[in-house]
Amino acid sequence: MWSIVHKMGSPPWFYRFANGAIAWLLPIVLVALVVGCVWGLLVAPPDYRQGNSYRIIFIHVPAAVVALAGYYVMATAGLMSIVWKIKMADTAMRALAPVGAALTFVALVTGSIWGKPTWGAWWVWDARITSMLILLFLYLGVMALSEAFDNKAAAAKACAVLSLVGTVNIPIIYKSVDWWYSLHQPASIKFTGESAIDASMLYPLLLMIVAFYGLFALCVLLRMRTELLTTHRQTSWLRSELS
Amino acid sequence: MADDLLRLESIDLERGVRRLLTGVSLTVRPGDCWQMLGSNGSGKTSLMRAMAGLTRLGVQGYRGGTDSVLYQGHLPGLKPLLSCRENLRWHGSGRVTCDGQKIDAALARVGLEGYEDTVICQLSAGQQRRVGLARLWLSEALLWLLDEPFTAIDVDGTAILEAQIQHHCATGGGVVFTSHQPTHLPELKVLDLDKYAA
Amino acid sequence: MLPEAGAFLRYQGRRHLQVALRRPSDIVGPLIFFLMVITLFPIGLGPDPTVLAALAPGILWVVALLSSLVVSGRLFQADFEDGTLEQLVLSPHPLAISAMVEVLCHWLLSGVLLALASPAFAVLLNMPSRAIPVLMTSLALGTLCLSLIGAVAASLTVALRRGGVLLSLLSIPLTVPVLIFGTAAVREAALGYDPSSWLALLGALAAGGCVLAPFAIAAGLRISLEA
Repeated sequence: MWSIVHKMGSPPWFYRFANGAIAWLLPIVLVALVVGCVWGLLVAPPDYRQGNSYRIIFIHVPAAVVALAGYYVMATAGLMSIVWKIKMADTAMRALAPVGAALTFVALVTGSIWGKPTWGAWWVWDARITSMLILLFLYLGVMALSEAFDNKAAAAKACAVLSLVGTVNIPIIYKSVDWWYSLHQPASIKFTGESAIDASMLYPLLLMIVAFYGLFALCVLLRMRTELLTTHRQTSWLRSELS
Repeated sequence: MADDLLRLESIDLERGVRRLLTGVSLTVRPGDCWQMLGSNGSGKTSLMRAMAGLTRLGVQGYRGGTDSVLYQGHLPGLKPLLSCRENLRWHGSGRVTCDGQKIDAALARVGLEGYEDTVICQLSAGQQRRVGLARLWLSEALLWLLDEPFTAIDVDGTAILEAQIQHHCATGGGVVFTSHQPTHLPELKVLDLDKYAA
Repeated sequence: MLPEAGAFLRYQGRRHLQVALRRPSDIVGPLIFFLMVITLFPIGLGPDPTVLAALAPGILWVVALLSSLVVSGRLFQADFEDGTLEQLVLSPHPLAISAMVEVLCHWLLSGVLLALASPAFAVLLNMPSRAIPVLMTSLALGTLCLSLIGAVAASLTVALRRGGVLLSLLSIPLTVPVLIFGTAAVREAALGYDPSSWLALLGALAAGGCVLAPFAIAAGLRISLEA
């Protein structure tokens, strides 16, 4: 298994891998997104409480789930960069942070859009949204730290330490925000209610979550490939690949 | 060669995107005194920091040796609000004896007798460097890495410093230093960085 | 660890305190900052005592958080600039423990003093006096957590040119749990309920931070020195 990991650490190997992966990932993700969107936004039945406005969860929930998972992927890349000194892990971290931040932003905006017809306000400080906002700040912090260093290798190591510290903190933050919310709003109603989700809504939701994971992987691979192309454009192996 | 004080094998040094040095190899055995020569910007300070273990980024190759290192770089390494004596008593490198009499004696050796209680920020730059060098009379470290120790020191001071370096090497220690001025140390080995320039 | 490690750490602590006490304005300054910012709230929100009393726990804690951010920026800055940080990293003793000593001394002169001075500020905001002991305890524990978090961020940004704002950016998301637990404890006490579970949570954060943060701080310092 380590041989695979170490192979992935070499830029030429990773470039070929990324090309192949993007080639088959792109159509799959497109199809999954189209099917999921049509299914969720048009075909699935309206909710008995919220009517049609609940449909935004087919974008909001996948974005939120993948954004949170993305932070852990970024922290894992950081761990690989510091402990095993894998060069591609640095590139991976630089690629992951903006994608994760963008997904968190999408989750926040769609959450806000959901809130308007449901609660009447563009922004409601409930536990889930507040935790998402803090996750966005954590992502922005990693991005800002990466930009601030002149030395790219030092920047990667610093971001690795920061994302590992964030990883330890995220469960604490989420739990404490939960308690904060219940302290101030004892009669709270959660966004996805206690009642079980009906199968007709669950399946499109799961499909959209899988599609978003694929979209996330696609975006990250594209960004990593682009960075490889720019930093290694003078090297012989890349020139022979491109010609 | 288990008791080599410092061993560098095929060190490549990069600063940012530029490669400065390729294939530097060096072995410092007990009793060796090495002078590092090279033009400005050739990577002397970076290599010295890599030898001390401060820099591992941009350094490829093998670096090994003793942990018992005294490093004096360009920064004084002294707290400006404390006096000379207080700085030397509580020095951050952790390998300095804290005996008050020895400290006063060391300060006298570097020509700062009477300045023991003077606060560092009231001393001139040259005097501050000499306080840092006073550590050489107090430390038990085996390997000394000195970056430009002879700057801002007059002729008498240079002679005293050279004598101390010689004494250290004679008693089984090792020294690597850089200097722009000619030195009068016997059995001096030279590491010329222009040979390893990339 | 070498046998003289204990003496070294004692000396290091004494050195930090000695340097800090030679410039008392660095210690008193943040307290005055705290006082001035507290004064802004009645001016901005209106002097109604019931409103101020209801908001007091939150206001006191938020301003304590801001003070700690301001002070954390200075934690390693001076040592980095005069070369003492390099020497500390080169010492044969574990950097994590040396860093912990620095943070503890720093906390003694910032957070603990703030906790001791807090009754005066609580009076300014008309907070019920039964909550004051809880305020002091929560601030003492909480500022320890804040100092640890600030030290992690400071260790990563000490070598950067405009690291001050970045330090706040990095610290603030991580300090949210401390803020939540601290204000909850004080608010419960002000209402007459039992705050001990919130204080216990603060204590747990502080304990966990003391164990884990030093390693992150040491890693951050090494990275900053390499840059």
